[in-house]
Amino acid sequence: MSDKSKKKLTPTQQEYQAFAKRREPKRPVFKNSLKAFLVGGIICTIGQGFQWFYMTFFDFTETTAGNPTVATMIILSVILTSLGVYDHIAQWAGGGTIVPVTGFANTLASAALDHRSEGFVLGVGGNMFKIAGPVITYGVFSAFIIGLIAVALKALGGM
Amino acid sequence: MLQGHQSWVFQSRPVILASAAVGGPFEAKGALADDFDLLHDDLRMGQDSYEKAEKKLLEDACNKAIEKAGKKKEDVQFFLSGDLINQIISSSFTARTLAIPYLGIFGACSCSMEGLALAALLVDSQSAELVLAATSSHNSAVEKQFRYPTEYGSQKPPTAQWTVTGAGAALLGQEGNGLRVTAATIGRVVDMGLSDPFNMGGAMAPAAVDTIQAHFRDLGSDPSHYDLIATGDLGQVGHQLASDLLKKHGIEMPDEKFTDCGKLIYTRKQPVIAGGSGCACSAVVTYGHLFNRMYRGELNKILVVATGALLSPLSFQQKESIPSIAHAVVIEKEERE
Repeated sequence: MSDKSKKKLTPTQQEYQAFAKRREPKRPVFKNSLKAFLVGGIICTIGQGFQWFYMTFFDFTETTAGNPTVATMIILSVILTSLGVYDHIAQWAGGGTIVPVTGFANTLASAALDHRSEGFVLGVGGNMFKIAGPVITYGVFSAFIIGLIAVALKALGGM
Repeated sequence: MLQGHQSWVFQSRPVILASAAVGGPFEAKGALADDFDLLHDDLRMGQDSYEKAEKKLLEDACNKAIEKAGKKKEDVQFFLSGDLINQIISSSFTARTLAIPYLGIFGACSCSMEGLALAALLVDSQSAELVLAATSSHNSAVEKQFRYPTEYGSQKPPTAQWTVTGAGAALLGQEGNGLRVTAATIGRVVDMGLSDPFNMGGAMAPAAVDTIQAHFRDLGSDPSHYDLIATGDLGQVGHQLASDLLKKHGIEMPDEKFTDCGKLIYTRKQPVIAGGSGCACSAVVTYGHLFNRMYRGELNKILVVATGALLSPLSFQQKESIPSIAHAVVIEKEERE
C-alpha cells in the first residue's frame, strides 16, 4: 500500500491494516527467487538443447536456429497449458515460468482456452491478448522511443 | 420480528425441510466429500462452458433439495438465489428452469445466509409456505471473471484462496420435521481499505467480526449459547484475523467453537493455499457437513456467518478498496432445551 492511498484512510482503517499486515503470511521471496532461478534456468537449458539439435541435425546457423527453437518452446508451453499442467508448474516456479517465451505462450493459450466458449471471433480473437496485450503494447512503444533516441544520437554523430 | 438494531428473531421457527450440497471433482477429493448429496467428476458437468456448468450445479442442488423434502417444485412459492457471475446469471437461468417465482439476490459469498435469512423471514411472516434459498459458484468461471484465465501460470501469494465449485440449496417451510432457523443478523458493509484481491480473507474478517458483535448485542447472547460458530470463507488468514480481532474487542471466543467453512472443506494436501472461498463454500459446508453433524446430534445450535467481498473486476482495476459484508443465521435442532 502506497503512502498516497494511506493518507485517505481513517485511523480505524489504518489500525486494522497494520493489525492485518502483522498477521499476513510473508511471501517467501528468497525461496521463490531461488525456485524461479532454477526453473527459468532449466527452461533455458532445454531451449539451448533444441538450438544445438537444430544446428547439428539441420541446416541452421547459430542465428537462424533461434526461430525453430522459439517455435518448439512455444508449442511445448501451449501443450502443457492445454493439458492443465503449466499453471501448476508456475505456482511452484513463479517468475521462472513467466519470464521465458514459454510464459508468454501460456498467457495467450490460457486466455484463448478460457474464452473459447464465447466463440472464435469475440471470444478467442477478442480475449487472446487480454494479458499479453500490455506486453506487446508497451514493448512496441518502448522500442519506438528507443528507436527515436538511437536515430537522434546517430544524426548528432554520437554513434 | 426485529430485535435490537439489525437482527430478526423468527417466532414461528421456520423448518429446514431439506437441504442439498452439490460439488465438483476437486471437492470430491476434499475433506468433506461424504457430506455432499451429489459430486460431479467432470469440471464442466457435461456442459460446453463453465458458466453453464455452474447453472447445472445450482439446478442439481435445487432439484435435490425439493426431492429430498418430498415436495414438487410447483409447491414452492419463492426461490431466492444469488451467485458471483455477472448479473447473477446462474441464479436467474436456474430460476428459468425451475419456473418458481424468483427474487435474485447479491451479497457475493454471503448469498447463502442472505438467502436463508430472507427465506426464513418470508416463511415466518406467513408470506410463503415453502421457500427455496440457494447459491452456487464455479472455480473456473469465477477465476475467469475476477482474476486470470484458469490455466494462466501466475504464482498466487500465501493469502490466496480457492473458489469452491458447487452449489447448496435449502428448502424452508412452516411445518414439519427438521432443523429450525431461529434468528438472523443482517450485516452492514465494512471497508477497512484493503484492496488486494488475493487477500479476501483479510478484507472480510472485520465484516464478520462486526456482524458477530452485532448479533451478540442484539440477541443478548455470547459464544457459550452456541455449539459452533462458523464463518463463511475467511480461510486460514482471515479466520485467524477474525479470531484475534474478536479477542481485541473483548469477546472470548473459544478456538474449538470458532471455525471457518473455507478451512473445513479441503484437505491440507490440496493446493488451495489459504482455504476455500466462493458462494458455494459456506453453502455446501453448512447445508451438507454442518447440517449432517446436527442431524447426528453432535451439534444443537450453530451460528453461520457467511462473508462476502463486494468487489467487481472493474472496481478492483480502478483501485477501489474491497467493501465486505457478513450475514449471520442461527440454526437449531428441533427440541428446545
